[in-house]
Amino acid sequence: MPVLARLIENAGIPTVIVTPMPDLASHVRLSRIVGVEFPFAQAFGMVGDLEMQREVALAAVGLLAEATEPETRNDLSIEWPLDTRSAYRAWQPAEVSPIVAANLAQMRKARGAETKSD
Amino acid sequence: MPVDSYKFLPKSFRAAFQPAGPSGEEPVWAALAKPLSEAKVAVLSSAGVFLKDSQSSFDLDRERREPTWGDPGWRAIPRDVSQDQVDVAHLHINPEHAREDVGVAFGFAAFMALENEGVIGKLADENYSVMGYQERGCAAWRNETGPEIVNRLRHEAVDAIILAPA
Repeated sequence: MPVLARLIENAGIPTVIVTPMPDLASHVRLSRIVGVEFPFAQAFGMVGDLEMQREVALAAVGLLAEATEPETRNDLSIEWPLDTRSAYRAWQPAEVSPIVAANLAQMRKARGAETKSD
Repeated sequence: MPVDSYKFLPKSFRAAFQPAGPSGEEPVWAALAKPLSEAKVAVLSSAGVFLKDSQSSFDLDRERREPTWGDPGWRAIPRDVSQDQVDVAHLHINPEHAREDVGVAFGFAAFMALENEGVIGKLADENYSVMGYQERGCAAWRNETGPEIVNRLRHEAVDAIILAPA
């Protein structure tokens, strides 16, 4: 997503990124960053919680009006209403993604080879 | 208080995401050219949302066959999309949240509320969906998807865009 943000901004269109990983957005020097301490897949907030989603949207457009220089960051203090463990589980896919599955298979294979050579 | 960028990331993923040194990128900047209350604002989400009756799904079958590849295409999502029109194709997140409320990915109702309050001029009629898992380097996003979306934004006279990674 930072790739698209930089490309669009370089084309002359102002961007704001709303992200649960604002450190990464800062690292690649995006222009306007709204940090949300939310689990992945729910950038604007909880399912059905329009008030929370509005607060995030307002912060995002607020940066368009208020930021006067690149790399302006606003980390929101909205607390995710679920406990961290439940929220952590809730964002993840039901099945392991293909790349993670492939990496795990490679690790198992490497471990197997190490065991045989011992 | 700064947001903890790694709070919800599996511990085993952290090393891959934590920057090892400077990115080498230069700052980017485009100023908003008109008052926010007159600006047309679009949204771009990477949650893999698509319109199930009129658009093809992001290609998850190929990703299953080629795990380092991710579908680099994009879909246009209208602001007035109804919940029963959308589906989600993304193998790295739980798709059920956006299937239940597309607002978690796009914030459409929230932006329309801000439009009604006069905070923004307008939420764009056309918004943009990509699937966030991409091959290393994101060449297709740099060379095709990004320029295509920029062309659409210009065509639609969009003044600013909010990006929402999944």
